[in-house]
Amino acid sequence: MNINMTIIGQAIWFALFVFFCMKFVWPPISRALEERKQKIAEGLSAADRAERDLELAQEKATANLKEAKEKAAEIIDQANRRANQIVEEAKDAARTEGERLVAKAQSEIDQEVNQAREQLRKEVAVLALSGAEKVLGGEVNQDAHKQMLEQLAAEL
Amino acid sequence: MAGSNAQDYIKHHLGNLTYGELPAGYVRECDGRDTQTLTESTWTFACNGNEAKDMGFMAFHVDSLAWSGGLGIIMCLLFWMGARKATAGVPSGFLNFVETIIEFIDTQVRDSFHGKSKLVAPLSLVIFCWVFLMNLMDLIPVDFVPGTFSWIMTSFFGWTAQEAYFKIVPSTDPNITLSMSFSVMLLVIFFTIKAKGVGGFVGTLTLHPFEASNPVLKALLMPVNLLLETIGLLAKPVSLGLRLFGNMYAGEFVFIMLAAMMGTWQFIGAWPWAVFHILVITLQAFIFMVLTIVYLSMAVEDH
Repeated sequence: MNINMTIIGQAIWFALFVFFCMKFVWPPISRALEERKQKIAEGLSAADRAERDLELAQEKATANLKEAKEKAAEIIDQANRRANQIVEEAKDAARTEGERLVAKAQSEIDQEVNQAREQLRKEVAVLALSGAEKVLGGEVNQDAHKQMLEQLAAEL
Repeated sequence: MAGSNAQDYIKHHLGNLTYGELPAGYVRECDGRDTQTLTESTWTFACNGNEAKDMGFMAFHVDSLAWSGGLGIIMCLLFWMGARKATAGVPSGFLNFVETIIEFIDTQVRDSFHGKSKLVAPLSLVIFCWVFLMNLMDLIPVDFVPGTFSWIMTSFFGWTAQEAYFKIVPSTDPNITLSMSFSVMLLVIFFTIKAKGVGGFVGTLTLHPFEASNPVLKALLMPVNLLLETIGLLAKPVSLGLRLFGNMYAGEFVFIMLAAMMGTWQFIGAWPWAVFHILVITLQAFIFMVLTIVYLSMAVEDH
């Protein structure tokens, strides 16, 4: 248990080891730890950012979907309205066409009726004339009785 | 095993392998050798405790220095290997271990030392790991290494078994522990001067604990303060070094006693004591480190 130069030798060892650790051990390891800490922090913040981005994208997608749905509904609505309109127009056209055709037919019928009536009237007049001729046995002066015959024909 | 009885055995186990200078005219009386008078001063290995004492200050404890140096080199190499592999990426197995220790030390330093210094953290690392390794040698059964050393020296180098002193626990040598604690004291003084200047350092020694605003009274109190503060300054490293030495020496002593009393059956007592001692060696290394940090922190901070 003597105190001797060992004390100096040990101090030299001590200084050497402390110097070595100060130069070659502590700085690289603590730097690596610091860098890793930073890296992890960056990774975490990146994850946060990504999560936020995802949320935003989802919101956007939802909005887009909603808009598209609205647009589609509008288009369908419009198409429906247009279809109705077309049907209405077709109906109108058909109705007017029908009416026109009916009117045309009616006027033709009227015309024919009138023609037939005229014809008949003429024939009646001739018939009546010939009948009267036969009854009277004489000539009926056509010119003289024209007025009367026409009156007769008009009464038919 | 080396001594003829338990007392010799214990004495032998507590002696260091001492290499030092014997003065001219010294009479060497070694067991198993002829008495020899030195004609001139000689550097040699002490063959018994008396010679080691007579060598005085000009002597080295070769075993303590070799084991502490060897353990320190192993420690440095291990950490250096870890440092070379250090990356910011995913750490591998060994690097994980090194990082755990580094982070543990870093936490301790950050908690206690509030100044800025590149020295304190590596210093604490060296103190904790090195002291731990030196203490760890205590757990090797007491005769393994000294027995081997004795066998080699007697078989190949013609030594007597009595000369083959060998202590493998450097921290049971007060030279080792006091050397470290006084190195710490020098650092404390250095830190104080660096933080407060030479005047500030002198001030810490002379202006406390008795303070006075009157200049005359102040001058009168200075010698008293100087005495008290010098005692305080020296008490720190002495207590620091002797605490570690005392704990380790006592632990080692118990192992040696058990070996001396029970021989081959020593493990019955030594095993439980070793288990308990694991706690002591770790705790002492930790205490040495924490107190070093605290002393350095006190040196830097204002009261």
